[in-house]
Amino acid sequence: MNTSVSVKDLSLAFGTVSVLQDMNLDIGDGEFLVLLGPSGCGKSTLLNCIAGLIDVSSGQIFINGRNVTWEEPKDRGIGMVFQSYALYPQMTVEKNLSFGLRVAGMPKPQIAERVTRASEILQIGALLQRKPAALSGGQRQRVAIGRALVRDAEVFLFDEPLSNLDAKLRSELRVEIKRLHQKLGNTMIYVTHDQIEAMTLADRIAVMKGGVIQQLDAPQQIYNRPVNRFVAGFLGSPGMNFLEGQVEAGGDAPDFVARNVRIPLKGYGFGIKGAYTGPATLGIRPEHIGVNTGSGWPFSAAVEVEVVEPMGSDTLVWARLGGQNITMLVSSERSPRVGEMVTIGFDPMRASLFDGANGDRL
Amino acid sequence: MSTAPTGRPNRLFRNLNAKVASIPMILTAVVIFVGGTAWTVVYSFTNSRLLPRLNFVGLEQYERLWAAPRWQIAVENLLIYGILSLIFSLVIGFVLAALLDQKIRFENTFRSILLYPFALSFIVTGLVWQWILNPDFGVQNVVRSLGWESFVFDPLYNPSLVIYGILIAGLWQGTGLIMCLMLAGLRGIDEDIWKAARVDGIPMWKTYLFIVIPMMRPVFVTTLVILASGIVRVYDLVVAQTSGGPGISSEVPAKYVYDYMFLAQNLGQGFAASSMMLLTVIVIVVPWAYLEFGGRRRA
Amino acid sequence: MHDRVALSAIPAARIEAGPQGPKPRHAFSRRNIFIYGTLIVVSLYYLLPLYVMVVTSLKGMPEIRLGNIFAPPMEITFEPWAKAWATACTGLNCDGLSRGFWNSVRITVPSVIISIVIASVNGYALANWRFKGADVFFTILIVGAFIPYQVMIYPIVIVLREIGLYGSLSGLVIVHSIFGMPILTLLFRNYFASMPEELFKAARVDGAGFWGIYFRIMLPMSLPIFVVAIILQITGIWNDFLFGVIYTRPESYPMTVQLNNIVNSMQGVKEYNVNMAATILTGLVPLFVYFVSGKLFVRGIAAGAVKG
Repeated sequence: MNTSVSVKDLSLAFGTVSVLQDMNLDIGDGEFLVLLGPSGCGKSTLLNCIAGLIDVSSGQIFINGRNVTWEEPKDRGIGMVFQSYALYPQMTVEKNLSFGLRVAGMPKPQIAERVTRASEILQIGALLQRKPAALSGGQRQRVAIGRALVRDAEVFLFDEPLSNLDAKLRSELRVEIKRLHQKLGNTMIYVTHDQIEAMTLADRIAVMKGGVIQQLDAPQQIYNRPVNRFVAGFLGSPGMNFLEGQVEAGGDAPDFVARNVRIPLKGYGFGIKGAYTGPATLGIRPEHIGVNTGSGWPFSAAVEVEVVEPMGSDTLVWARLGGQNITMLVSSERSPRVGEMVTIGFDPMRASLFDGANGDRL
Repeated sequence: MSTAPTGRPNRLFRNLNAKVASIPMILTAVVIFVGGTAWTVVYSFTNSRLLPRLNFVGLEQYERLWAAPRWQIAVENLLIYGILSLIFSLVIGFVLAALLDQKIRFENTFRSILLYPFALSFIVTGLVWQWILNPDFGVQNVVRSLGWESFVFDPLYNPSLVIYGILIAGLWQGTGLIMCLMLAGLRGIDEDIWKAARVDGIPMWKTYLFIVIPMMRPVFVTTLVILASGIVRVYDLVVAQTSGGPGISSEVPAKYVYDYMFLAQNLGQGFAASSMMLLTVIVIVVPWAYLEFGGRRRA
Repeated sequence: MHDRVALSAIPAARIEAGPQGPKPRHAFSRRNIFIYGTLIVVSLYYLLPLYVMVVTSLKGMPEIRLGNIFAPPMEITFEPWAKAWATACTGLNCDGLSRGFWNSVRITVPSVIISIVIASVNGYALANWRFKGADVFFTILIVGAFIPYQVMIYPIVIVLREIGLYGSLSGLVIVHSIFGMPILTLLFRNYFASMPEELFKAARVDGAGFWGIYFRIMLPMSLPIFVVAIILQITGIWNDFLFGVIYTRPESYPMTVQLNNIVNSMQGVKEYNVNMAATILTGLVPLFVYFVSGKLFVRGIAAGAVKG
C-alpha cells in the first residue's frame, strides 16, 4: 500500500504552548483514518495542519509523495468538510459547489460535468438551485461534502462533520460517508470525538491526547488491546471497569490482588517487559464478564447486585468487587434483581493490566 | 404573602411594582414621543408665529418652506453631505475594519486612535476643523509657506465647497464608530468560512467581495440606518464649524428648524420644516424596519 | 531563517530534504507594508487634529500669527489655558469656561443617575415582570428613538413652561432623562433578559419580591452593564449642544454651548490659542472616560449606536 499522507516529526506550538509534539503518521492510499480524542487533544489542529490552514512549527507534511509543507491549501490536492458546514450562505448550492472551480478558471463545461457528477453521487440534484438556508442539516452536510468532491481531491479531510446533527441523522450520514468511501476509494482523514463514529468508519484509529498520538491501530485492536489506561477508558460504552490493586507473585503466574480478591493472571499476555509486580490497574470490559454462566471461568466470585440499569436489549448490572464498583453487561432477559447474589467470572486473557504509575499496558 | 387568600387581587394591581416602574417609560412614549410628534405635525398646518395658535392655513407653511432658497440650500446640502457621508463612512469603515481584522499587532492601539474622535462632541470637532481649515493659518497657509504660493484650500470660505469641509470633519468624527460596527460584524463570521474559502483557493479580496460582504448584509443595513438617522439630525457640527456660512451656503434642515422656532419667531415654519425631517426619517426607517422585523416571519 | 537551513543539513530520522517547519514569512512583505502603512497613515491623520489643538493652545498669539499650525511651540505658555478656564468672555460674563464646566457637571451627574435608575428598573420590569401592554409602550419608545429631536423640542418647551422648569437645570435634566430612555431601557432589558431565567424563578420561589430580586440578585450581577450605561450617558450628555442651548438660560449654559459662544463670538480679536485651549478643556472629560474605559466604551457605543 502506498502512503498517501505522511506527517513527519511535526510539532506545533503557539508561543510557549505546545499543541502537537513530534507527530509521525503515515496514512495509506485509500485508507480511512480517524483521529479520535477528547476536545483540546489537538486532533482538529493536526487536521488543519495537514490542510495547510495552520503553519507548523517544525516538521514536514507529504501528500501523495509531494512535500506540501509550504503549499497553500488549494494546491495540496485536498477537499475539506467542516463541522459548521461553512457553506457560502448567499450562494445557491450549485454556486457553492462551483465557486472554487470558477475562481480557478476552469472551463464551464468541465465545471458543469463535475457538479453533475458530485450531485449524482450525493443525491442533491434537486437542491442545486436552493440556498443553504433552505436546506436541512443533513442536506447542508451533503453539500459540504459535495464541495470537497468537485475539487477532485486525492485526500478528503473531515473536521467533526456530524457533530452538529441529531443522533438519528448522524447515524444515517455515517453510513453514507462509509458508502462514499467505498465508492470513491479516496484517502480520508476524519476527526471526531465520538468513539462510535470512529469504530464504525475507520480502517485505523489514531487516539490522541495532549497533542500526542497514544495508539494508532485497527479499531478492534484498539478496543481489545488498548496501550494505556486513557485509551482503554476513552473507547467503549459502557466504559471499561478499572480495579485498582497490586500484582503479586503467585503460583505458576502472578496474581492481581485487590483487597480481599485474588485474580490469577494465568494466560494474560504480558508485554515485552515480562511479568511485573507492584501497583497496577486491571481493566475488564463489562461485556467480557459472565454473570451466572457456569463455573468454567479461570476467575469467578460471588457478588451482590446493587443497581440494575436496563438499556433495552442489554442491562447493566452494578456490583462491588474488592471494595470497588464493577459493571457487567447481561442480556435483558437474564437480568438479575437488586440484592440478588450472583456469580461473576471472566478470563484474564481478555483483561488489560496497566502500570499503576504511568498507566501503560503491562 | 401579606393579604389573606380571599380570591384573586384586582387585575390592575397585579404586578403593580412593574407597572409603577414603567410609568416614566409610558409617559415618555405617549406624551413626548407620540403626543409631541402629533402636536408638532398638527401645528405645522397653522400660521403660528411667536406663539402656537390653532389657526389652520392648510399647506401654506409647506409651500412657503419649499419656496424658501434657504430651505432649498439646506436640503441640497443635506443630500450631498448625506450621500457622500454614507458612501465614505461605509467604505472607509469597512476597509479599516478589514485591515484591523488581519491578526495584526497593536490592534488595540490602532482601534483606540481611530475611535477617539467619536468620544468628542460635534462642537469640539467643528471648532478643531474650523481651525485646521482656516486659510490664513491652517493647511493652506502651511502649504503656501512651503513655496507653493498659489495653493488654494479654503473650503469653509467657499460657498460651493463649504459642505465638503463639513464632510471632512464629520467623517473624522464618525468613521471610527462605523469601523467598530464593521469589525464586530467581521468577527461574527464563522472562522470555517475563511478556511473553506482558502481550501477552495479563493483569493482574499474575492472572499471579501463575494462571500463576506454578502454575509454581512444585516450589519450594513443596520449601519446604514444608524448613519442615515444621524445625518438627518446634523446640527451642532455646522453651528460650530461655519454657523451656516458663508452666507447661508452651509445651512442644514435641523438648523433651519432651530432658527425659525427660537430666533425668527416663526413657529409655523419651524414646525413644517421639522415635520419634513420626520418624513425623511420615516422614509428611511420604515422600509428597514419592514425588512428587519417583517422579514423574519418569512424564514 | 538561517538556522533553519543549517538544521536541514542534518536531517532528523524521518525528515527529508525540502521545505520543513513554518513557511518563511518576511516582516516586510508587501502585504504587511500595505496593512501597516495604511493604518499608520490613517492613524496619523486621525491624531492630527488632537495634535494641532494641543500645540496651538500652548503657543502665544505672536507665534501663531507668524508660524505654522503644525509646528511645535517654540515657547510653551499655559496662559491660554488659564484664560480659557477663568477669564474668557461670553457676552457679559467674563469668568471663562469654568462656569460652563460646573454647569455641565451639575447637568451631567443628576441626568446620568436619574436616567440610569429609571431605565434599569424599567428594563428589569420589562424583562422579568411583563404585564399586558408593556410591549406596546416599549415599541413606541424604541421607534421614538429614531424621530428627529427637532419634532419634539417645542412641545417639550411648552410642557416645561407649564411645570415651571423651562430654562432651569432641572428642566434640562428631565430632557436628558427622557431622550436617554430608549437606548438605556433597551440595553438593560436585553441584559436582564439574557440572564438565566432559573435564577429569577428560584428567587421567586424563595419568596423575594420585585424590589428584593432587583436589589439583591439583578443589581450585583449587572455591574458591567451599569458601567457601559454610565459611559454612554456621560459622553452623550456632556457632548450635548442642542438641548443645552434650547432648555437653559445663558448663565446656566453647559460647557459645549459656552465653548461655541466663546470661539464663534464676533466681537474682539480672535485668540486662537485660547480657543483651542477651551476646545481641549471641553473635550477632556469624554476623552478621559474614553481612554479609561477602553473596551467597555466600544461595547457602549455599539449599543448606543442604535440611538443614532
